Amino acid sequence: MLEAILLTVITAATPLVIAALGELVTERSGVLNLGVEGMMIMGAVSAFAATQITGSPYIGVLAGIAAGGAFSLLFGFLTLTLVANQVATGLALTILGLGLSGQLGESFVGQPGIKLQPIVVPLLSDIPFMGRLLFQQDLIFYLSIALVVGINWFLFKSRTGLKMRAIGDNHASAHALGINVIRTRYLAVMFGGACAGLAGAQLSLVYTPQWVENMTAGRGWIALALVVFASWRPLRLLAGGYLFGAVSIGQLHAQAFGIGIPSQVLSALPYVATIVVLIIISHNRRTTLINTPASLGKPFVPER
Amino acid sequence: MTVTQGSASNPLLSVRGLTKHFGAFAACSGIDLDIASGEIHALLGENGAGKSTLVKMLFGILDPSGGEILWDGRPVTITSPGEARALGIGMVFQHFSLFEALTVAENIALSLDPKISLAKISDEAARLSKVYGLPLDPKAHVADLSVGERQRIEIVRALLQNPKLIILDEPTSVLTPQEADRLFETLFTLKSEGRSVLYISHRLEEVRRICDRATVLRHGKVTGTCDPRQETPASLARMMVGTDVAGVSRGEIGTPGEVQIEVSTLSVPARTPFAVSLKGIDLKVCAGEVLAIAGVAGNGQGELFDALSGEFAVSDNDAIRIRGKSVGTSGINARRLLGAGFVPEERHGHAAVSNMRLSDNLLLARSQSDRSAFLSGGTLSVIRHDAVGAATQRICQEMDVRKSGRDPAAASLSGGNLQKFIVGRELDRQPAVLVVNQPTWGVDAGAASRIRQALVDLAKAGSAVVVISQDLDEIFEVATKIAVISEGGLSRAYPAGELSLERIGLMMGGIHDTTHAEASHAH
Amino acid sequence: MRIELQKRPEGSRLFSFLSPLLALALTLFFGGIMFWMLGKNPVDALYSFFIEPLLEVWSLHELAIKAAPLILIAVGLSVCYRSNNWNIGAEGQFTIGAITGSILPVLYPEWHSPMILPLMLIMGMVGGALYAGIPALLKTRFNTNEILTSLMLVYIAQLYLDWLARGPWRDPQGYNFPQSRSFVPEAVLPEILDSGRAHLAIVFAVVAAVALWFMMRFMLKGFEVTVLGQSERAGRFAGFSARRMVWFSMLVSGALAGLAGISEVSGSIGHVQPTISPGYGFTAIIVAFLGRLNPLGIVASGFVLALTYLGGEAAQLSIGISDKVSRVFQGLLLFFVLSCDTLIHYRVRIVTQKLTGGTARHA
Repeated sequence: MLEAILLTVITAATPLVIAALGELVTERSGVLNLGVEGMMIMGAVSAFAATQITGSPYIGVLAGIAAGGAFSLLFGFLTLTLVANQVATGLALTILGLGLSGQLGESFVGQPGIKLQPIVVPLLSDIPFMGRLLFQQDLIFYLSIALVVGINWFLFKSRTGLKMRAIGDNHASAHALGINVIRTRYLAVMFGGACAGLAGAQLSLVYTPQWVENMTAGRGWIALALVVFASWRPLRLLAGGYLFGAVSIGQLHAQAFGIGIPSQVLSALPYVATIVVLIIISHNRRTTLINTPASLGKPFVPER
Repeated sequence: MTVTQGSASNPLLSVRGLTKHFGAFAACSGIDLDIASGEIHALLGENGAGKSTLVKMLFGILDPSGGEILWDGRPVTITSPGEARALGIGMVFQHFSLFEALTVAENIALSLDPKISLAKISDEAARLSKVYGLPLDPKAHVADLSVGERQRIEIVRALLQNPKLIILDEPTSVLTPQEADRLFETLFTLKSEGRSVLYISHRLEEVRRICDRATVLRHGKVTGTCDPRQETPASLARMMVGTDVAGVSRGEIGTPGEVQIEVSTLSVPARTPFAVSLKGIDLKVCAGEVLAIAGVAGNGQGELFDALSGEFAVSDNDAIRIRGKSVGTSGINARRLLGAGFVPEERHGHAAVSNMRLSDNLLLARSQSDRSAFLSGGTLSVIRHDAVGAATQRICQEMDVRKSGRDPAAASLSGGNLQKFIVGRELDRQPAVLVVNQPTWGVDAGAASRIRQALVDLAKAGSAVVVISQDLDEIFEVATKIAVISEGGLSRAYPAGELSLERIGLMMGGIHDTTHAEASHAH
Repeated sequence: MRIELQKRPEGSRLFSFLSPLLALALTLFFGGIMFWMLGKNPVDALYSFFIEPLLEVWSLHELAIKAAPLILIAVGLSVCYRSNNWNIGAEGQFTIGAITGSILPVLYPEWHSPMILPLMLIMGMVGGALYAGIPALLKTRFNTNEILTSLMLVYIAQLYLDWLARGPWRDPQGYNFPQSRSFVPEAVLPEILDSGRAHLAIVFAVVAAVALWFMMRFMLKGFEVTVLGQSERAGRFAGFSARRMVWFSMLVSGALAGLAGISEVSGSIGHVQPTISPGYGFTAIIVAFLGRLNPLGIVASGFVLALTYLGGEAAQLSIGISDKVSRVFQGLLLFFVLSCDTLIHYRVRIVTQKLTGGTARHA
């Protein structure tokens, strides 16, 4: 029983972790992309469609990543090249993504999907309890863990990661030192988009292998909150993602048990939890100020 | 890319006809410049003359619109700071290119070959700091360092690349006279090693003291090359400004009148992690006096201004009194209604909203103090655009503000003209108390002299003026009394004639406890 | 090839007028391409999407019905966005306004009085304002990002409405349909003309737009909104309080969204049901930007966006395109509006070749 619950927690947490990690990298470079929800839903619909057409969920995963990345490029062009307002453009991305995915996915509604199958790691999967939880998972779960570890190394140990943090701290200085601010930001935005697309693919290929309109249900926004919660650190983000996964699974199980609380109240729990967490994190202005990338959301026009 | 040793006949760096356009505006046109190996070469010019644009082209940050750059006699195209560094050019920026959230070692690593490990960079930085007398802790976070320490990081960062030419942009504008002396020693060491220095400044005394040659810029063009040691400050100034700039005439200092603004034991805790806390500040300014507050940037000047203006009210109501009324807890408009006026340091986004028209920017400071003239319609507070517009024209005429169009956006004015408007906006009300932070920062000589004269005249007409400034020349021009701020504490005020430059320098460096004792002995 | 921007010293008046039109034209162009890719004749499709709904009196009424909530919400949002407060939870404030405004007709169905309608409208406004007050409180008290909190509150409001309509407010004689009893005639917002369904909400919308236009254009309060939005520091220098502005802008926009919510339920639907809005709160964000955050511009852009809703329905019937196309149109439109706005503040230059040396240009 516990094992079953924990397994569902992992499945629920994985898309949050991946999408938030992508946004974390984007924000570390000083760009605020509020379009996570839109990129995620585009990833979900593209992954599902590609899987239905080709029969291979792995091609679906690639399609999800590509769709998220391509969609983020649109955001990048507007905010980095045309210096449009980042908040408004992120909203536009979400609105367009929700609309476009509904249009593209219309013919797939109600079709049974193909689930991404687990990859069993030899030997390790035989470890009692932990083996079943951690080593009989699908590709996207393994990717999520690898990405968290990899990004943590990248940001704090590699020189390119240092450059990215420098841009997020002060883009004018970075430019004066000869670091290509716009190119780095494009890459960071696209990484964020690819991650959101991958997270969307997880939803339509693993979490609930089917296409339902608006199936992201605000997860993109929760991912944004997670980045703040994690104070822009990948390892804390992993913990936060699992906390949120636990809340959303907890409410599902509570609904199944029928404990006499209206289902709507339980469904609202993840959203309430997000608000509560945001309050706890942000009420200390001092720590927020120290952790937030100083150039986050500010426009940058290089002079040449 | 290795650089061959430059021969004695060839200059290390030659610039021929270098030009830069921003749209229709020519920031630099047809600049010629030669820098020999082992010389300290001054680039002189006032704010907006094109000095920064020129060195940004030399360092690969800006693309020239025309002309050529010769390095060791060979024409080169420098398209990025990386290429400039590879040639052997190092740069120390005026507004530092440092990252607050990173450590000293990380900051240095950003401009070096990525293959070198952080540990090695720390070692090398420590070695260089010793050789050139620039103490640094590689593990410290930049946010925690003083301005002087930050400049050292920039210099060490430039030196680590073993450059042949080091460019320093206005390096002493943020240093105490003593810190500047130490910097000059470092420069002489560099010179003795055969390196060249391009030294950008508008401080004539300094240039005459340390530079071998000087190239003077005005309005983006070279107006002369000379040996500064053979020139007088006046002749250099003429080359820089084109005409003789009127000095500030002070006339007789009358006897001070009643106390207009008084601060007693004002303490304010730091508002943000990067701010300075104010510690027990006392000051008193009477009608007819100009109190100048000297100090190195980042020692609490901004925080003191915020407290005096009431933009951030303080908890102790009696700590600040304007014309006899306690105002510590009141806001800025309550203080304006008592006859006070304020001019903040930052023009864009503080004293003025860049995208708004001048008339809107007039209303910004005076919507409450001139409520009856500028607003109508009772509680609806309808803006009387005609009255505001007329007052705007009056101020522009009074202060000789040059602008395009009748009521242009603040952003379209040059720094000097916008500052004249911002100061004029307060003078127009004839405030009994005027508090000004860095009145002529980044302003051309003509506007600066006009603003300083206006401050002196205001005091002579019976107002109390507080001038917070980093510019010691300015302080001696306008002040009747001088106090020094350092690390959030303020020294007592001395009559302007009693303080020497050296004394102020020591006090700016934080040694004002001993001077305090010394002073009380002396009296 | 690269794109270079050069900041204009002052915003271009020409382009601040042209940019929304240019955005509309681009949206139509790309919309046409989209129809063509769907295998439809682009001209016919665009005609039935954007022209046909304008040809019949009844559909003009429908246009006004859909434009009203969009304009009401968007003029409120324009105050928020101009003052740099990013309320994106208008959909939630709309929902709560609809709920609080419906308390009287749902819980006291026997009450027939001319007082009921004004009370409903006031309660709707208060409800919307209070709900917008939550992110305002969190922002001013705890420094919490209002974008995320206001959005999370949308989901919560929708779940709350869902619960009410299926639970305590369900009509006991309603054959288990998840909706409340129908409002009594006194609780229904009257129609303005005999020729169709359009009701008072559009009048409220125009009045609100004109009032806020007057405030923004002529009153010190409007000046305060603009100053604080451009620079909080300059606002503080003027003696304005950014904290109070958070409250002001959020409460105004919340109240207007609440008014839109109760007007929609009272005027167009006539009872409470689990879903009452086709995303007006989000579409209004586009309306606000297309109207360049100017209340009068918003009146015009409100009708344009209302047309995309109507056109979607019409196109579904006449040429068999899914009504989801309207949301794609809305998203595209916002994208082009934001792109074209760059032209107002920057000169855009496409550089195909790097400039090298040569003679100096003289200006």
